[in-house]
Amino acid sequence: MTVTVAWYLMLAAVLFTIGGAGLLLRRNALVMFMSIELMLNSVNLTFVAAGRAIGNLDGQLAVLFVMVVAAAEVTVGLAIIVMVFRKRSTANVDELSGMKG
Amino acid sequence: MVDFIWIAVALPLLGAATLLLFGKRFGEPGAGYFATALAGTSFVIGAIAAVDFFAGGHHGELVFLFSWIPGLGIDAEFLWDPLSALMTLVVSGVGSLIHLYSIGYMHGDERYPRFFAYMNLFLASMLILVLGSNFAVLFVGWELVGLSSYLLISFWFEKPSAAAAGKKAFIVNRIGDFGFLIALMLIFATFGSLGFGTVFENAGELLDEGGTLVTVITLLLLVGAAGKSAQLPLYVWLPDAMEGPTPVSALIHAATMVTAGVYMVARTGALYELAPFSAGVVATVGAVTALYAATIAIGQRDIKRVLAYSTISQLGYMFMGVGVAAYTAGIFHLMTHAFFKALLFLGAGSVIHAMANEQNMDKMGGLRKAMPKTFATMAIAWLAISGIPPFAGFWSKDEILAATFNKGGLYVVLWIVGLITAGLTAYYMSRLMFLTFWGEKRWDEGVEPHESPNFMTVPLIVLAGLAAVAGLINTPWKLSLEHFLEPAFEGLHLAHPPDGATPWLLALASVAAGVAGIAYAYRRFLVGEAPAETGPKWDLLENGYYVDDLYGKTLVLPGKKAAEQLAFTADAKGIDGAVNGVGALVKQLAEKAKPLQTGLVRNYGVVILGGAVGLVLIILVRGAL
Repeated sequence: MTVTVAWYLMLAAVLFTIGGAGLLLRRNALVMFMSIELMLNSVNLTFVAAGRAIGNLDGQLAVLFVMVVAAAEVTVGLAIIVMVFRKRSTANVDELSGMKG
Repeated sequence: MVDFIWIAVALPLLGAATLLLFGKRFGEPGAGYFATALAGTSFVIGAIAAVDFFAGGHHGELVFLFSWIPGLGIDAEFLWDPLSALMTLVVSGVGSLIHLYSIGYMHGDERYPRFFAYMNLFLASMLILVLGSNFAVLFVGWELVGLSSYLLISFWFEKPSAAAAGKKAFIVNRIGDFGFLIALMLIFATFGSLGFGTVFENAGELLDEGGTLVTVITLLLLVGAAGKSAQLPLYVWLPDAMEGPTPVSALIHAATMVTAGVYMVARTGALYELAPFSAGVVATVGAVTALYAATIAIGQRDIKRVLAYSTISQLGYMFMGVGVAAYTAGIFHLMTHAFFKALLFLGAGSVIHAMANEQNMDKMGGLRKAMPKTFATMAIAWLAISGIPPFAGFWSKDEILAATFNKGGLYVVLWIVGLITAGLTAYYMSRLMFLTFWGEKRWDEGVEPHESPNFMTVPLIVLAGLAAVAGLINTPWKLSLEHFLEPAFEGLHLAHPPDGATPWLLALASVAAGVAGIAYAYRRFLVGEAPAETGPKWDLLENGYYVDDLYGKTLVLPGKKAAEQLAFTADAKGIDGAVNGVGALVKQLAEKAKPLQTGLVRNYGVVILGGAVGLVLIILVRGAL
């Protein structure tokens, strides 16, 4: 039994779904953040696998970009969460609905 | 070469700018000295430049400044001929004296430097007006004069009446300017130029004598002149303009602004010569205004208002003069009037100053002893305006009347009107003098009249000297002024007094009218008890036949109503309604869309995810977007 590219794509789909479910179901901002990371990395996996299957480097290039953006996003996002936690003593996103119209 | 004449305009202009910017540093009295020195220098420069004309025969020259509107061929250019030279000397000379007087009169005013800035601006504007070599430059001066009069009349703008008077002067003048501007457009359309030289030289070829076009142009010019020179029916701003400081009244009503109309008609004599009808209208408007304003002056109690109506009346004489083509006589009267009316206003200012700002003649009387210099100088002006020889007013007024009489026909009626006005003038001026300087002391308690400081009396004395002798420059035996002005009116058919013994009889008649007026006033006010002058008839006169009320009801009120309609209906409901309606619509839509924003991150996440899944589905099903 050979491991084809479909396996990678399946794994990526599973990871993406887990991430998406985590994002939608959990209330702790920190955990939601981790879920987003999961989704991002599942996409990275897709890129790398697809790039390998097609035989060019575009996929790997895209992954590098995603990683850079994700790193920046984590920095800012974590800082925001820390600040919010200091102010409100909670990281529960349901309680952070100040933008309600 | 008189290229340097531009300095005479630049100096007061520079003074105005300097005092507006750095007036506080000059302070009092520095600002006054500075402004007076500049005005005086302007006069000296004008006098030096005019030297050539005294010899006679010199036609003057054009002084090119810069190309202003090359597309229309309009240059900023001055015309230095005997007429503009005379006007420059009168304006800057009398103007300088009034500046000097103001140093004393405005003492202690909190906006002292600004006052002199405006005075300098006024002087510069008037000089631009009289020096312009084309209608465009003249119009610039014309408008600047309107602006500076507005600034000066409402100088004490804390007083609502002063602010309103300034506004009134400006608006009424704008009505006149409107006519003037249309006339300029017609002139440009006809001649393709606004230069005096081009227009007057080609007038005979391009315009039919007595034709419609030239008549319309000249009548529109008259509208402009009537606005600036306070003739019927646009005179209403002038009496109210007394709200300004007294030196301003002297400057506006004697030396500068109001003479602009007379100057303009004289300058455009070549056009009026082609339009006998318009010239007749000018003369008639002048005569009627002269009589009309004189009757109102009889009933005024405010010393400055008497002089204001007297100015309107005297301007009527000037219009009569230029209307019958006696341009020299009209300009002559303009000049003598500048002297004696400036003197009267400054004298009245001196009286008001001494009486602690009291202007009602009922509260004066017996001031002869308290203010000998003011009294003596004003007495000369009184005799001058009453037409008693040999004082200045007699010669100029008589020349106008004689020239009018000599025109014959219906002009004799105008002569009679002028003669009656002469009698009335002598009467109301005597009334002013008798009520102010003779009789009982009717002063308010605590008022201690005193002679004014030298700054104020010196200009009075100088003007008194001029008012006494200035008439002698153009007597029937020695027509110096006429020779002086001759080059400026070359080619025009000037009206002259009749030959033979008739002028003597005419002069006798006008002197008789003057003496009769004085005698009647003497009997009425100095022999026995002075009459009370109350009752409806006197109210009618004191309120100027209620013309202001009439204008208010027929013109101002409908205007206000229309403005209110526009402001509170068309604007507030129509335009504002449309704008606010758009806003309200957007707001309501937003109100509906608001619930979409729940503030819960999960909801947003679901929507994004749903959207992404949806896009993927579409791509999968259709193969493309």
